[in-house]
Amino acid sequence: MIDREKLLDKYSAKVYKNRKDHIIQLEETDEARSIAANTRAIPGVMTARGCCYAGCKGVVVGPLKDVCVITHGPVGCGFYSWGTRRNKAKPDEHTDKNFVPYCFSTDMQESDIVFGGEKKLEKAIDEAMELFDPKCIMICSTCPIGLIGDDVQAVARRAEEKYGIKAIGFSCEGYKGVSQSGGHHIANNGVMRFIIGTGDTQPKTKFSVNILGEYNIGGDGWEEERILKRCGIEVLNLFTGDASCESLKSAHLAHLNLLMCHRSINYIAEMMKTKYGIDWLKVNFIGVGATCKSLREIAKYFNNSELTMRVEEVIADETAAVYDDMEYYKSKLTGKTAGIFSGGSRSHHYQVLLEDLGMKTVIAGYEFAHRDDYEGRVIIPQIKEDADNKNIESITVAPDERFYREVYTEEQIAALKAGEQGIGLNSYDGMIPEMGAGDVVVDDYNHFETDELIRLVKPDIFLSGIKDKYSIQKAGVSSRQIHSYDYSGPYAGFNGAVNFGRDVTMALYTNVWGLVTPPWKHEPMLVGSLGGGE
Amino acid sequence: MLDLTPKTVKERSALRVNPCKTCQPVGAMYAALGVKGCMPHSHGSQGCCSYHRTVLSRHFKEPAIASSSSFTEGASVFGGRSNISTAAKNIFDMYDPDIIAVHTTCLSETIGDDLGSYIMDMDIPEGKIVVHANTPSYVGSHINGFFNMMMGFMNYLTKKTGTNNGKTAVFPGWVNPGDIRELKRIAGLMNVPTTFFPDQSGVLDAPMTGKYDMYPEGGTTAEEIQGLGDSEGVIALGEIIGAEPAELLKKKWKTPYTLLPMPVGVTYTDQYVLALRRQSKTEVPAELEAERGRLVDLLLDSHQYTYQKNVAIFGDPDVVIGLTSFALEMGMTPKYVITGTPKGEFTRRIEALFAKYGVTGCTAKANADLFELHQWIKNEPVDLLIGSTYGKQIARSEDIPFLRAGFPVLDRYGGPLQPIVGYAGAIRLVEQITNVLLDRFDRDVSDEDFEIVL
Repeated sequence: MIDREKLLDKYSAKVYKNRKDHIIQLEETDEARSIAANTRAIPGVMTARGCCYAGCKGVVVGPLKDVCVITHGPVGCGFYSWGTRRNKAKPDEHTDKNFVPYCFSTDMQESDIVFGGEKKLEKAIDEAMELFDPKCIMICSTCPIGLIGDDVQAVARRAEEKYGIKAIGFSCEGYKGVSQSGGHHIANNGVMRFIIGTGDTQPKTKFSVNILGEYNIGGDGWEEERILKRCGIEVLNLFTGDASCESLKSAHLAHLNLLMCHRSINYIAEMMKTKYGIDWLKVNFIGVGATCKSLREIAKYFNNSELTMRVEEVIADETAAVYDDMEYYKSKLTGKTAGIFSGGSRSHHYQVLLEDLGMKTVIAGYEFAHRDDYEGRVIIPQIKEDADNKNIESITVAPDERFYREVYTEEQIAALKAGEQGIGLNSYDGMIPEMGAGDVVVDDYNHFETDELIRLVKPDIFLSGIKDKYSIQKAGVSSRQIHSYDYSGPYAGFNGAVNFGRDVTMALYTNVWGLVTPPWKHEPMLVGSLGGGE
Repeated sequence: MLDLTPKTVKERSALRVNPCKTCQPVGAMYAALGVKGCMPHSHGSQGCCSYHRTVLSRHFKEPAIASSSSFTEGASVFGGRSNISTAAKNIFDMYDPDIIAVHTTCLSETIGDDLGSYIMDMDIPEGKIVVHANTPSYVGSHINGFFNMMMGFMNYLTKKTGTNNGKTAVFPGWVNPGDIRELKRIAGLMNVPTTFFPDQSGVLDAPMTGKYDMYPEGGTTAEEIQGLGDSEGVIALGEIIGAEPAELLKKKWKTPYTLLPMPVGVTYTDQYVLALRRQSKTEVPAELEAERGRLVDLLLDSHQYTYQKNVAIFGDPDVVIGLTSFALEMGMTPKYVITGTPKGEFTRRIEALFAKYGVTGCTAKANADLFELHQWIKNEPVDLLIGSTYGKQIARSEDIPFLRAGFPVLDRYGGPLQPIVGYAGAIRLVEQITNVLLDRFDRDVSDEDFEIVL
């Protein structure tokens, strides 16, 4: 418990009281494995968190390539979320229009704040229609919108009537909720309500999947698609990296949902299970071992001998192809320690990959996770709602008369899940079970804690975001961004594991570390000579 | 790339596409980082602070510290008084800055939070300072945020004791640390004691030592800001960004000022040197004159490659005015010159430059965006594009040589460490401009025209 106590010791009584439940040091027993999460950040602590808009526009709906996403508000929010997240996309058969390189904003001025911005928003939609003729427009609200009372949903409805397109308004004002997480939920609700289930493009195979919570950062989704395709598994949609609204419309016809980022999109997974009967499987394509395990679980779900054989062939082939590289990087990295602070599920996922490389994660945490991301979904019934969470709408869905179909009965699912070889269907155990005694878990980490943890725990590398990257590096610790991969990647799948191994090795072994201290710090200025010789 | 951009330009009045500006708070944050021991504080939702820190870190490849009031729905309804007082307490406890510089956001501005009175009621530890500036995101651009924060500092801190401190205040405007170092070097050569305000050198280009210091050596001190009222005079660089702070200093503390364009290129650097000479009343040293001579020599040597080349320049008003003047000195034709910042003064300055050099068929526009610039280029192409990283999309789409300058440059390294101002900065620009033009020339010519000597 030493590190945790030392860390908390520096806080004033008030901050201590708040933070003590967000920082835990794991023990052998099951005690002390419970953590506080998804509560307000304390003003002034330099949290790494962003806002609701960032979660809705920046994360979930921004990557939709055939959608003209208009940020309704002053220019900044749209500007900062323009091309800054590495959600790669290319036009495909569903859409020849790629809006991803563009930024659209209503660039509200003082008079719009005073007199209301709806007129300007409607005009902006008219102009967007005339210029680009999109099939779908989404409106993302920034802070002032809710305050001045612009009704973006009503504007969206009017645009639908006027142009016969799909238009969706999101009330994702920055102040809603306590982090990006509220924005994910709001975006999930909109996508579920207005998009999924409105198309009828049938899958081409009987093994079709959506990969939920895959934003194709650095091309991760494409590497996953490549592997799954080799196995004979059809990927209908990535949610929402390289995705199109057009294609998401038929997402409900998939045979199985795979879930990568649990936090940002578990709502859709659950709602699709209820409404369409589609099971979801929490997968992890980060790491060679994790990818193999996930592929085998998918095969087990589909229960087809030919597919299972094919999966084993692909695993054998792919692992052989990366074996030498992985062994090399392992030889460089074995015994090194890491800290990981990320958003969604990466702090969990990357621990498995680091383990592949012989490394140990000693500190981990999330920016905006909920307790279920740490402790597993079993904890959900125990999570108490507070005023901030209640402000984020939770929608309920009912089984769809036309499309609901169950692949397995409840008994069959229970059988699939049972035993050592059971698969984690429709459930997630969270990050903490992956970690060992003595490891520190920090929720909603701040600058101060990051600084202190580096001093106390001294990991060899810290995987975090851009806001921390350079202060960590300045302190002499290797630092790589695990949100943007420092513009490298993909890190998913077999080839991604090698890329990651190379990048971590590079960060630890760069010759520059040897140049930090100038030689004169160690060498005396005066070279002495023995006296008395003359 | 940018395949949806049509060639036909249509008037837009509501939809901003691919903006050439961002909002006020990031300017306030950047200005505040140029004050020693200062924690910039964003009074609004967490996202603003996160976005601003991110863009600054991505440009400078440095830590950019700032804290947030972390507004929730409750605070948005009831006001952010308790958020800011809690924040200030925690910041002083945890991060121990000398100063907290609060700026507002569109959220706190819309609900009408009265920062002045909140700060007055605050329990501020002995010897510590809290200042604020109003920076509504829906007015002007990040440039306004920068000069509003400067004025915020001055309103709180600047005094006039009546004793002249013998210093000349220099407002460098929104430039990189490398530019500030160059401006200081020139002032040093001219033997003028200066106070640079703000001064991000040493902060956003802090050296790697193996030890992280939240408040690195660098930045204008509170005492120096206090002393602005006692300074000999002010040289405000950047006619758009410098005008209001210089005017404030004159109005409140009777300090005379000289307002100059950002010293990019020969003429504008000459003006800076002349202004410094008026302060020091000493001759321009041979060293500086020789530097100028080397620049002019280089310009003559290379003029054939830039003569009448069409260039499009975009970015923040003052840097664009500077680059346009220098492009004209190099014999180029600044075909399209835009800024996203809505300032009519910008257009007048650029058009005056067109007239001075007698170039025709050129367009200047403030409150413009990159979508429109791209459309113009589709109609009449240019040989070179100069601006922030976002220009790379247009450059790729139209296959135009592209030089990064201004803010933000998110995809290249080392830029902020080096100047574009002063004679040295101009020498760097000539090298960069001719390099991109000649690299392109070499790429395009046939084998028989591929020259070893150029």
